Order: sequence, then C-alpha cells, then structure tokens
Amino acid sequence: MAEPIRMRIKLEGDVADVRVLIGHPMETGLRKDPKTGELVPLHFIKTVVATLNGKPVMEAQWSQAVARNPYIQFRVKGAKAGDEIAISWVDNRGESNGAKSKVPPAS
Amino acid sequence: MLKAVLAAAAVAAGLIEPLRAVAGEWNKAAFDAREIGLALKAADVANATASADLIIRAPEIAENGAQVPIEVVSKIPGTQILYLFVDKNPQPFVGSFEFLEGAEPFISTRIKMGETSNVRVVARAGSKVYVALREVKVTIGGCAA
Repeated sequence: MAEPIRMRIKLEGDVADVRVLIGHPMETGLRKDPKTGELVPLHFIKTVVATLNGKPVMEAQWSQAVARNPYIQFRVKGAKAGDEIAISWVDNRGESNGAKSKVPPAS
Repeated sequence: MLKAVLAAAAVAAGLIEPLRAVAGEWNKAAFDAREIGLALKAADVANATASADLIIRAPEIAENGAQVPIEVVSKIPGTQILYLFVDKNPQPFVGSFEFLEGAEPFISTRIKMGETSNVRVVARAGSKVYVALREVKVTIGGCAA
C-alpha cells in the first residue's frame, strides 16, 4: 500500500494555497542500504497531477532529485470554499496514489 | 508489467489524470542528460533570456543537500511552465511544473543537491523562455543520502 499523502488547503481571497506532503522514498539508486551494503534501487515519482473540481491545474514531471517524502506548495486562482482539490502521482514502477481535499472557507 | 496495466486502467477510469498540454510525455532525454547544456537542449529550453522577474528563493547555504527548500515565482506574464535544474547534479534536470487553468506560476518544494551549485530555473511563456540562477552552497551532498 502506498504511503500517505497529507494535504492542507487555505483559501486566501479566491486563491487556494495548497501544501502537500507525499510519502515516497524517492530513491536515487545511489544510496547503499546500511544493513546489506547493496545499492537501493531507483524508485521515484515521475508524474504528479493536481486538479480543481476534476480539471487539471498543475502537472509536474519529476526526477529522483526531488527530495524524499516530497513536499510541494502551489496556488490555484479561482477557487472557492467547497471546491475539491485532488493530487495524484505515478512512479517509475507504475505504482500510484492520490488524495483529495475540499477547500475550506477563508479563515 | 501488471502494475503498468493497472496504472493505465486507473488513468482510463479517470482516477489518475494523464499528462497533457505543453509539457508532453515524461522527458526521458532531458532527465537522463548528465550535463546541463545537454539537459537544457533536451528540455527545449536552451538559449533562455535572463529575467529579474523570475525569482528563486533558496538558502545561501544548505546544511542538508538531501532536502534543499526551493521556492520559485514567475512574474513573467503568460508563464506556463517552470523548469528546475541543478547545474552540477549528476543529472541536472530536476523537474518541470506546468500551470493550467488558473494555477499561479509559483512552486515551493525540496530537492537534492550533490554539491554547491547554481540552481537554475527556466520559465516558458509560449515560445519565449527566460532563466534565473541562484547559487546554493551545499555542505553535505544529498544524492547518495
């Protein structure tokens, strides 16, 4: 089972500020497993898509140089309370995960 | 093989959006390039014009090269894609972020840097590309961490 995704959304006027923490090892293939001395194989997220009410708003292509347990923050204009923001990723093994969250009222 | 089939099925079922628009397919040639000039060419962003409206916020010194916080904002009108490179990484192309339908050309994330290097950001606005650089000193490299 894929590791969790945490999302935090704040509405500032009509801009949804979205912060996401994605659980993923993002292995470069250059790190040695301290127990076995073997290289841990390359394992990283390749594509990320964020949607607002189902429509893509941000699409990213990544390399293994994005940090372990990737953090991203992005901002979507034209959002309002109750809108749904979803994020999904696919990695180099074809594994995937996603999460969604509703935009809360402006605080 | 089975996982690729499942991922394709998930795309088909609308659970995971396929990549579309300007950036196209995951750019293997650019990601595999082992030198910055080749990476820029493969990403089709070579010969960009320097722009002060492309702003990189990054630490002057990164204590941990495995988790370097980078924030980029483009004030260039019509910015569609931001490309991120670390010139001296073994593979300089770190990633691209495409903004569709009202997303602001802004990204904050954390990257791995192997050694002190320029962090290079390119912004694409239609057929025009703009570049900004910022040196980040790295005390402990993050590629094998």
